[in-house]
Formats: sequence, C-alpha cells, structure tokens
Amino acid sequence: MLTDETKPSDFKKSQQADHTHIKGWGIDADPQNDPTYPIKKRINEEHEDYAWERPQQQPENAEILKSVERPNLTAVFGSASPPEGVNGAIRKLAFRYSESSYGRWLPLVLADRLGAVEGIIDDLKNGYLPNIFAERGWGAEWKYNKKSFILKFAVTAVVAAVAVSVISSKKKNKDD
Amino acid sequence: MVPFNIACGKCVFCKQELYGNCHESNSMATAVGGIFGYSNTAGGFQGWQAEYARVPYADVGPTVIPDWMDPDDAVLLTDVVPTGYQAEEMAGIQKGDTVVIFGAGPIGIMAAKSAWLFGAGRVIVIDHLEYRLDFVAKYAQCEAYNFNSIGDPVVFIKAQTDSLGADVCIDAVGCEAKGNLMNTVLGTKLLLQGGSTTALHWAINSVKKGGIVSIVGVYGPTDALVPIGNVVNKGITIRANQAAVKRNLPKLIEHVKNGVLDPKQIITHRVPLEEVADAYHIFSRKLDGCIKTVLIPPSA
Repeated sequence: MLTDETKPSDFKKSQQADHTHIKGWGIDADPQNDPTYPIKKRINEEHEDYAWERPQQQPENAEILKSVERPNLTAVFGSASPPEGVNGAIRKLAFRYSESSYGRWLPLVLADRLGAVEGIIDDLKNGYLPNIFAERGWGAEWKYNKKSFILKFAVTAVVAAVAVSVISSKKKNKDD
Repeated sequence: MVPFNIACGKCVFCKQELYGNCHESNSMATAVGGIFGYSNTAGGFQGWQAEYARVPYADVGPTVIPDWMDPDDAVLLTDVVPTGYQAEEMAGIQKGDTVVIFGAGPIGIMAAKSAWLFGAGRVIVIDHLEYRLDFVAKYAQCEAYNFNSIGDPVVFIKAQTDSLGADVCIDAVGCEAKGNLMNTVLGTKLLLQGGSTTALHWAINSVKKGGIVSIVGVYGPTDALVPIGNVVNKGITIRANQAAVKRNLPKLIEHVKNGVLDPKQIITHRVPLEEVADAYHIFSRKLDGCIKTVLIPPSA
C-alpha cells in the first residue's frame, strides 16, 4: 500500500475478553500505581472505545481534510482554510499518510510556505496590494531594533546584488 | 474566559478531564485536540485576536468572568496561568523538592510562581535574557541564572545539588529553545526536527535519577533529538500535556481572589488590536523588554 488511507470499516472494536482463567490474572493490580494522577480522572468508560454519545454534527459546508487515523470528521471543525490552489493539492496528498509519517508533515511544511506566496498572488489578483512591511511587524523592528533592521536590509541587498551580478555575468559569457 | 483549547465535554477524554485532548474538535490530527487559531494541525479554527469569534461547544469550555476580577488577570487565566500551573502539577512535586525551570517566558514565570504552591524547597529558573531573569527572580522569589554565564547548565545544576541533580525539571521553552547550535540549525532553521530540543535535553540530563521531567513547551509533529537513553538509564518519569484549562480554572480563580497569584503583573505591553502584527513581532523577537503582550480591541 503506497498510502495510509483508511475507510470507516477499517476501525474495529478492541477485543475485550474474560482472562480470569489465566492463573494469577490481576493479582498484582494496584490502582494507586497510576502515573497519570491527578491529570487524568479514571472513569468506567475507558475501555469502551469510540462509543460515547456524540455531540451534534456540524454540517460539512466546505472541504475538510481528515486524518487517516480516525473514521469520521469530528463533531465540530474549523473551516478557516479549506484546501485551495497548489498548496491545497499538496495538503490533500499529505493527508493520505499517517500522522506518524514524514510523508505527511514535510509536504505540509512545504504547503504552508507555498500558501503564503499564493496568498500574496491572490491579493494582487483581487486588486489588493498587501502591506508586507506592516504585516511582518517590521514597523516594530524598525522602532525597537533599528540597528538589526538596517544590518539585515544591508546584508539582503548585498546578497541580492551579488546574485544579480553573477547571473548577469554568466548570461553575458553565454551570449559571447 | 474561553480556554485556548476546545472541549466537547462528551468524549471519553473530556470525561476524564483531559480537556486539551478532546476527540471531537480536531479532524485533522488525532494527536492534538482542537485549539483556537493554532494552525490546521490543531483543527483549522480561526483565532481569537479579533473582536468577535466563533466558540464551538460554548456550553462546555467558557467560564463567566467574576465581577471582581481584572480583565488582565482573566485573559491570562485562559492559557498562561493554567499552563504554568499544570507544569508543576504534572511534576508531582513533593515538599522540599528542588525544581528547575528552563525558560523565563510567561509560562516559565507562572510555573516558578506555582512551584511554591506545591511545597517546593528550592526553585531555579534558567534562561538567557537578563531582563526576564531579573523579573522572575523578583516576581516568583526564586533563583535565576543565565545559561550564557554559568558554563554547561547541566554541570551547573549538578554542582548546585551536590552532584545528584534536581528532583524536578520543567521544559517551559519548547521548539524555539536557544543554547545549542546544532539543535537550532536542525530544529528551528531547517525544520528537520520538530523544533530545537535544547531545553528538554538539559532537563533530562539535569534531573536526578528517578526524577520527573514535566514538559509544557510545545514542539512540532516531526521527530526530535532527545537523549532517550538517559531517560531509561536514569529511570526518569516524563509527563507532558497541553493544559486542561477548564479543570484547574476554579482553583486558579480562587488563588487570584485570595491574592496568591497576581498574573497581570507579567503584562509588559498593551497593544491595539489593529497593531497585532507589531505585537507578534515584539513578542517573538523579545523587543523592548517584552514579557507578555495583550491586545486591546477598539471597543474596550
């Protein structure tokens, strides 16, 4: 199997059976040996699997990506960023893999970076010129950390100038 | 007061009071419950740096702000205070224990203050920002040391504890920890691991054999470099979780009412909501002596 995709029927109830026929079953059980105390409150429903009375289901009005490690959508979910564009396609691919797989998380990191660029392109397409200086908090950097701001700007300008110079030089050599 | 985590109250995890681990609030990852504005990994919910917000399960999570409470205390009771408090609760502190907290940010500061409530015998905070160390030393009445001045922090703590190590170590830093070049490059710059694990590394190596490491610092979902061999050899107990805000809120409200905790003192910057980008920048870059920012909506 190339992906980790699941369907609801893949999720089965845990097999609970009576083991009292095993000699010594439970003789060393000690409820006080509970390293989760007091963070987790022990209740009788712990071993009943996914069987609780579910809250009312939120209607699915947008595409919601779901982990392969659960059979269904949660009763409520966020719809702030449905998958769109190239970053959305990468996210959909990533969600075909287990949460314990790099095949899920590394593409999501890439999708996040692409999403930032696609967001700027969308703004420009809709006639909005984003104020990147303000949105990145560079006003605060200028106000409280002027020396660092100027140094970073200077370094970026020098690196960009060197890069342009190298590329222009290679192009000129190629033309010659 | 609306906790930062979203809890349904009906799943087995909420019934166990693990309100930060709800199974009905995040479709995108089973490993984490729903959290407001904390990326798609935490459910894709819009955040709360707004005048109006959508609150799922509003009959479960929110608590009415008492009439006597300052709103500045109230806002800190939704995340910072419960997280710092739970860090110490998970540490299972016994009276007289030596507690070392890595990180003098808002969480570390509240953890240091909370340690005394559990009967700690000695509280030490380690960080690299002098202005935060000065603050926590006064606010939490604890010892505070700069890891740039003490040599290897692990050796320092062993020297301070007659070679045995601390009874409890708290990681209140998480993925952006400074102090080790390799971890910073791999974790913070190249994102090849779920963050820089320097603070956790120091916590594991500084704690006593048979001691407890409590983690409230957050990390990304990929793997992270951790001296797990030392965890085994030293018989360390590790406890970690997102704070179950709702569970501890009644107790913390009482502590604020009785003057035991005074959270609003850690607020250094009050920024108009419209300048949220600057507020984030000031906080993340630790500019202008920033410890904690709060955002003020136009209607306030």
